[in-house]
Amino acid sequence: MDDNKKPKRFELPVVGAMDMDRRHALKIMALAAAAPSLAACDTGEPVLDVAIAPNPPMNPKAKGTAWDPDMVEPKVMWERTLSSDELASLAVLCDVIIPADDRSPSASSLGAQDFIDEWVSAPYEGNQRDAVLIRGGLLWLDRESRERFGDGLRFRDLTQEQRHAICDDICYEPNTPEHLKAGARFFDTVRSLTSTAFWTTTEGMTDLEYIGNIPQTSWAPPPPEVLRHLGLE
Amino acid sequence: MRKKAQQEYDVIIVGSGAAGGMCAYVLACSGVKVLMLEAGRDYDPVTETPMFQLPKDAPMRGAGTKEKPFGFYDATVDGGWEVPGEPYSSAEGTDFRWWRARMLGGRTNHWGRISLRMGEYDFKPRSRDGLGFDWPITYQDVEPYYDKTEMLIGVYGSNEGLENTPNSSPGVLQPAPAARATELLTKKHAASVGVPVIPAHLAILTERQDAARLSRELWPNNALAQRVTEDSMRSRAACFFATPCGRGCSIKANFQSPTVLLPPAVATGNLDIITDAMVREVTVNAQGRATGVHYIDKTTRVEEHVSARVVIVAASALESARILLNSKSGLFPDGLGNGSGAVGKYIMDTVGAGVGGQIPAMENTPAHNTDGASAMHMYTPWWLYQEQARGQLDFARGYHIEFGGGRRQPGFGFMGGLSSFTDGAYGARFKEECRRYYGSFMWFDGRGEMIPNEDCYAEIDAQGVDQWGIPTLKFHWKWSDHELNQARHMQKTFASVIESMGGNVTSTVHEDGARAIAAPGVIIHEVGGVIMGEDPGRSVLNEYCQSWEVDNLFVTDGGCFVSNADKNPTLSIMAIAWRASDYIVEQLASRSL
Repeated sequence: MDDNKKPKRFELPVVGAMDMDRRHALKIMALAAAAPSLAACDTGEPVLDVAIAPNPPMNPKAKGTAWDPDMVEPKVMWERTLSSDELASLAVLCDVIIPADDRSPSASSLGAQDFIDEWVSAPYEGNQRDAVLIRGGLLWLDRESRERFGDGLRFRDLTQEQRHAICDDICYEPNTPEHLKAGARFFDTVRSLTSTAFWTTTEGMTDLEYIGNIPQTSWAPPPPEVLRHLGLE
Repeated sequence: MRKKAQQEYDVIIVGSGAAGGMCAYVLACSGVKVLMLEAGRDYDPVTETPMFQLPKDAPMRGAGTKEKPFGFYDATVDGGWEVPGEPYSSAEGTDFRWWRARMLGGRTNHWGRISLRMGEYDFKPRSRDGLGFDWPITYQDVEPYYDKTEMLIGVYGSNEGLENTPNSSPGVLQPAPAARATELLTKKHAASVGVPVIPAHLAILTERQDAARLSRELWPNNALAQRVTEDSMRSRAACFFATPCGRGCSIKANFQSPTVLLPPAVATGNLDIITDAMVREVTVNAQGRATGVHYIDKTTRVEEHVSARVVIVAASALESARILLNSKSGLFPDGLGNGSGAVGKYIMDTVGAGVGGQIPAMENTPAHNTDGASAMHMYTPWWLYQEQARGQLDFARGYHIEFGGGRRQPGFGFMGGLSSFTDGAYGARFKEECRRYYGSFMWFDGRGEMIPNEDCYAEIDAQGVDQWGIPTLKFHWKWSDHELNQARHMQKTFASVIESMGGNVTSTVHEDGARAIAAPGVIIHEVGGVIMGEDPGRSVLNEYCQSWEVDNLFVTDGGCFVSNADKNPTLSIMAIAWRASDYIVEQLASRSL
């Protein structure tokens, strides 16, 4: 194709956040799909036959089973199993792992404990192992709190300094004393799940300055400041 | 999709993926009446693809499960290494995993779109090193079909003129997208350890197809084929450089059989498709000619029969072998067309091994979009031909390198392993460390050639039937030292590339190749089992994928492969299926079939 016959690029609306709602995303997708046809009018080329991107409320073809789930409107197919008391304990621990700061809120305020509930309630072997690890770990943490800081105190009742005193001992398994190894495995699992829960949210991705999942009119080489940073100038 | 409009069919095609889709397209465009049977459900990427859905909207943030091994949003439905009600077994000591995708278009819906041509060496491997088999065809026989396939489906890339890495003809390839920062960084440093990095070839449109020119060049003197091809090409948009190809593509920018091959084939009026039709066996008459197929209608659980002049089995390599082995009769007691005893033999997968790395130079990289065409823009073709020829390597065949990393969309497992880099950071420090390390991880994967051997085969398991009453497969597998040594070489090479980048290797680099190599079936490049050849006593098919014993029976999928070069098989499957289809059209026209 000659250069002058190439379809002109149609300017798409600039979307800053990656978390477009679905309707907006589909609208942009339709524009991108239709874009060449708008330019094509100049060249006398027939119009592209992608009139509009579909926007079904759900996928009628999907059987709704685990092997054939509705990916357009995803649903979790199992009941959550943690108690409200367990969720309250988890929320405190999630925030010890990812507290609020000036760039983003804390893990629990974005529902990390609810994601962990979804995870440990899933009907898969690995998840069921994590359920034992995490439910047992929460009780272990309360018992450790009581032993260290006094009767009647649970982890959630401790000061931040007291919580850190325990977590410092279990945050890195290679450095953890033998009698606390189970606690270290529990902590590491909750930290991993909290990390997934937090950074996959809109707030988490914004904090990381993730840019993507946005239709582009063309693909450009990396910006100069990136090349500079990597020594690729 | 359930349609059976014609009274009589010239050809039945079993399967709707790369091979079945291509045969249907070529035959229907050529005026042949075709009935396609697909074991899975109807599937439409245009309406079903979750294009922009985020991990946070999926169960478990999109984590892989046994039902969705590549994550929740992967295009594959009713598929995976386990399919409910469709078991298979392995001999003791074998750990083979059999991927199936029971859906219209099969695994073309989620595949990696990597489209590398086999080269001259790849068709004649035995002549070069005395191992495995030569193909009965040369690169020159297939070259025009590579060109045509690439023009039809749209493949981006560049012509680099490297050894055994063929160029495409002028005007065939789409422009390669600009390299990402991580790819440029890898290219710069890998060169210091002798590893080249060049633009990859993927079946993704980087610009809209020149529909008028391509349809004319593909189908001179065929107005019907030109029209349906041109219309189909015009309905495809160029990539908008967002959303993962593995989910499928609702704007048809990448290649999937249900968006690129089947719509123009249906538009000819010559193709009918029946989905949920699980084929059990090919039937024959007293003269030993194929008459049609028996299939189970999954919606009614009743067995049906359809007939045609020609039967093409394109159900995927191992499923095709299974159908032939299950097609037993007085004339063919060991399975149809299996006089050689080769059906089910010489099955191959790709050698796979990987290593991850953390690259300090990539920490705190300024924010920028790294989505691109979702998969790789650059790769490393096999580069040690001379060393291999001089006997300096302890394995006979090559591999290519796929790699990536950088500031990708956070998903399940994000920063899950950061503890080991930070001595267990948590709290405010954990948050800071995540920001610092984000985008500094890379992965390198080798994809290498496996040499066929006598110990890798599939047979009917006398013990089992699936839920459709069809006898199941049992797998036998043994790697040779060529594969194990190659896997070890891969890991060492990737470690050296990561170190050349000043990085830290984050995976175990095994001295024992058996620990480095991915389990057979995991790379999902299984081919062979119904091999072509020059000798009817040692092969199942001739060079046109035609059974030596039953001349109106063809197997056009990866089953016909006699070697499994490091070039991902899908592109070659389509080129070879097109070549076979041209032959079938000629034979039908001359009434030889």
